[in-house]
Amino acid sequence: MAEEVKLMKGNEAIAHAAIRYGTDGYFGYPITPQSEIMETLMEEKPWETTGMVVLQAESEVAAINMVYGGAACGKRVMTSSSSPGVSLKQEGISYMAGAELPGLIVNVMRGGPGLGTIQPSQADYFQTVKGGGHGDYRLITLAPASVQEMADHVALGFDLSFKYNNPAMILTDGVIGQMMEKVVLPEFRPRKTEEEIRAEQPWATLGKLKNRKPNIITSLELDSSIMEQNNIRFQTKYKTIEANEVLYEEIQCEDADYLIVAFGSAARISQKAIDIARKEGIKAGLFRPITLWPFPAKRLNEYKDKVKGILTVELNAGQMVEDVRLAVECKIPVNHYGRLGGIVPAPREVLNELKELK
Amino acid sequence: MIMETAEIIKPENLVYDKPRLLNDTPMHYCPGCSHGVVHKLVAEIIDEMELEEKTIGIAPVGCAVFAYNYIDIDWIEAAHGRAPAVASAVKRLNPDKMVFTYQGDGDLAAIGTAETIHACNRGENIVIIFINNAIYGMTGGQMAPTTLLAMPTATSPNGRDVALNGYPLKICDLLAQLEGTCLVARESVHTAAAVKKAKKMLRKAFENAMNEKGASIVEIVSTCVSGWKMTPDQANKWMVENMFPMYPLGILKDR
Repeated sequence: MAEEVKLMKGNEAIAHAAIRYGTDGYFGYPITPQSEIMETLMEEKPWETTGMVVLQAESEVAAINMVYGGAACGKRVMTSSSSPGVSLKQEGISYMAGAELPGLIVNVMRGGPGLGTIQPSQADYFQTVKGGGHGDYRLITLAPASVQEMADHVALGFDLSFKYNNPAMILTDGVIGQMMEKVVLPEFRPRKTEEEIRAEQPWATLGKLKNRKPNIITSLELDSSIMEQNNIRFQTKYKTIEANEVLYEEIQCEDADYLIVAFGSAARISQKAIDIARKEGIKAGLFRPITLWPFPAKRLNEYKDKVKGILTVELNAGQMVEDVRLAVECKIPVNHYGRLGGIVPAPREVLNELKELK
Repeated sequence: MIMETAEIIKPENLVYDKPRLLNDTPMHYCPGCSHGVVHKLVAEIIDEMELEEKTIGIAPVGCAVFAYNYIDIDWIEAAHGRAPAVASAVKRLNPDKMVFTYQGDGDLAAIGTAETIHACNRGENIVIIFINNAIYGMTGGQMAPTTLLAMPTATSPNGRDVALNGYPLKICDLLAQLEGTCLVARESVHTAAAVKKAKKMLRKAFENAMNEKGASIVEIVSTCVSGWKMTPDQANKWMVENMFPMYPLGILKDR
């Protein structure tokens, strides 16, 4: 059967991909620029087809705690929001990490701080990959750069979060969420049955059958010696994820003298910039992290002896640039170029900054 | 005639037993606290209704945070005040299960007010068990939304002052107004007769949830001997004299 190519927004692609993945529940609260996700789900009525629950919560706080509850039952559950709303979700994300629960959170970033603007931004990088909520935890973070990846990262995010019993986030922005592109949606797959969940997630709170002890989902432990062991277990898991789950894309990097490192919409703009640079005789390449955590530090480190300089392009005041500098051990110049408050840079601006590296 | 212990402890002499689902973990509750009695009732009802394999309890933040250590069912420990949101999702995703929250006054009527009201307003088929002892027990006796006027607490040492703290929140009166609730009742467990009545009401709430009648809330007006700085006996007397006039027992709504 020929692949069915559709034209849609990134936000819509996430909704369709969620239904097709066999997601059990979506819980959300409206906020621009991501409301199309819940709107599309309500339009599609998956409760009539796959049995997926879609519920508009009273707040982002309630929505993430609904995800916490659903995840505790071993269900594939998700929420989505944009920056101010994701700040509200940090409590629940920390609890999910502490209780080792899987689940998918989508952040279609907008400019901040505060209520900020509804225009695109990547200023939540620190919040997402450095913590956000309280405690020593990590959030698996995927950065789609196309509508196709918006669809694909739903399955990727769920699969990784269930592989490691850890929440995962799709960190995208208003550009990718709102722009329309061609997309091939994934095949439909059935939702897991209760029997399958009981077998695959034996910790799930689905009712205590006679043959087992009660399942208790909690992040609480008052005995510090046990709590330290819990934390050590988390850290060991994070190291495993860092060793095994790094994803990135390299475009024209083989012979590059200069590298742009950018993710999401900034990577799309930067791709155009390196095309122009190449036409002008500058050997530039684009390194695009797909997982922001785990960060592709090891691979980037190899470039410290290969390229003369790196430019990070971000829709923020310079956040990922810190991780890039650490990755190359500050052995080569690493500059940052960013526009703030919802302004999206043009490829020419990026090119001019690239030339500053020379 | 003096009987030996071994002669007394015989099956034929058994007039009262610990519920099967209440385990042997020593409870951390203070002597005279109402939590232990309510836990016992919950354990009995789940067993009597044969819901052991279908029940998921949502524990709060507060003294009852460790409820999961005492009743042998599946439990989810929720963030402070979020139990009704957690319960909403658990029930919607598992409509055949019995889902209840067990929350104190700070959890339910202060930090979790939004979650409480909206879960009730959506008519979630859940049970909310609300322990109202008018004080924050676990954190050391601070003022609760339900603290009585002039009642001293760690954060209202000169008594609750209307100008500063407003009025005791009768949240069940509020919840009874919502279309989504089917049962809103206020009980206590300070006498044998009250315990019997409370159990009857809790059982009705559990039946409502399984029959998808909407949200049921059973408030248990309770004592906090440590927070109130009283003996169990004094606390019971003080509750009858001071708490009951503000929080009168009875059915606020039943349909």
